[in-house]
Amino acid sequence: MNLPKELRYSDEHEWVKEEGDNKVRIGITDFAQDELGDIVFVELPEEGDELEVDSPFGSVESVKTVSELYAPVSGKVVEVNEDLEDSPENVNEAPYDSGWMIVVEMSQPSDLEKLMDADKYQAMVSED
Amino acid sequence: MADVKRTPLYPVYKDKAKLVPFGGWEMPVQFSGIKAEHEAVRTRAGLFDVSHMGEAEITGSDALQLVQRLTTNDASKLEPGRVQYTAMCYPDGGTVDDLLVYMRGEGDYLLVINAANIDKDVEWMGKHASGDVTVKNVSDRIAQIALQGPRAEKVLQRLTETDLSRIRPFRFQADVDLDGVSGLVSRTGYTGEDGFEIYLDAEKAPLLWEKILETGKDDGVVPCGLGARDTLRFEARLALYGNELSASISPIEAGIGFAVKPDKGDFIGRDVLVRQKKEGAPRKLVGLEMVERGIPRSHYPVYVGEEEVGEITSGTQSPTLKKNVGLALIKWEHAQLDNRVDVEIRGKRVAAKIVKTPFYKRPNQ
Repeated sequence: MNLPKELRYSDEHEWVKEEGDNKVRIGITDFAQDELGDIVFVELPEEGDELEVDSPFGSVESVKTVSELYAPVSGKVVEVNEDLEDSPENVNEAPYDSGWMIVVEMSQPSDLEKLMDADKYQAMVSED
Repeated sequence: MADVKRTPLYPVYKDKAKLVPFGGWEMPVQFSGIKAEHEAVRTRAGLFDVSHMGEAEITGSDALQLVQRLTTNDASKLEPGRVQYTAMCYPDGGTVDDLLVYMRGEGDYLLVINAANIDKDVEWMGKHASGDVTVKNVSDRIAQIALQGPRAEKVLQRLTETDLSRIRPFRFQADVDLDGVSGLVSRTGYTGEDGFEIYLDAEKAPLLWEKILETGKDDGVVPCGLGARDTLRFEARLALYGNELSASISPIEAGIGFAVKPDKGDFIGRDVLVRQKKEGAPRKLVGLEMVERGIPRSHYPVYVGEEEVGEITSGTQSPTLKKNVGLALIKWEHAQLDNRVDVEIRGKRVAAKIVKTPFYKRPNQ
């Protein structure tokens, strides 16, 4: 399982990457994409939508199941990965790269403090 | 997970597959991936562990009489070596289970039933037994392996002297020697492809599993999980009990009226099913293709205008067609081809249209 050290992780299996100016890039973890299997559909919010931490902001569907996405931080969606509409398999193939989902401008940067580092997240998923 | 059941093949794949709970069993949902396995079965062949399926023997001089009373198809048309797809119904026409009936000889039938229904079915069979007939649950000692796909015959033939081309669809042969392993070889399946279902002693299953994978390696035979089995059967519009069929869905509604033979004499559920065949059932199973973005899933409500007209029974992105499609059980008056309906997906109405099924039919069929 690939868990880059520089990212933070939520207990709902999202990764969060700080990009400066209170902006974070968000996607789902390698563990999550592997659990889901072949991803065939990704539903994301639109640019300008406001997200509230721990609330659903979209969904990921594999051949077999639907999984909700939960916002790891509160804020405004400033960028959406439109490529996932036609290439949802990017989430399987490169979950931390071309499989990214949204960029959010945080309204309360303290949300980041509740997220886990790679070691802690690794420990959490190993328990299941 | 104290009483979770595992098949005799569990030790063979426990470290190679992703395992999930399924109807009380811990089963492989996928090995390499559902899409890859699906494609392997459509183009080459795939091997499935379906040992969780149940088997019941009905034997005795009154066996045929009991099978006829319990099932909707006409078992009197069977001969030794033939298989029939059929259903068991409640008196109100709801479905107890769908199943295969194997006629092994006079007064000797093997009924293959769904894993989650084994106890319920065997009890139902026993309750209606009378005269010289015995119902016996033999599920635990029988394993089942399915080899499905266009190369199934070519691959399995390498393991046996028996001419498999002579086992036609819905026929079987017992005691076939498969490289030292004896099995009942049935030309049936649940994928929409040609192929075989092999019944054998539980303890021999791991050996035959390895032999088939080994001999089929160069032909691209891969182990497959229940995930691909579900997408394959779905594209071929083969009913899944619990989705298209249930205690509140009749075989006529589910579109398996071909397995209901009213003229064979009395059977449980006959009155209702005869009426539904003649006058039409209140609901009909139809195919849906999404027009707008979204994937229909089991139990999503289906609307025509503001009226809720039914629900999705199964749905996914078809790996063969790459389209988001579903099966829906809806009020018959809305069931015309090309009709526009809406599927409610997580609170949003998403447009779909009624299309022909099956979504996939194999070439030369």
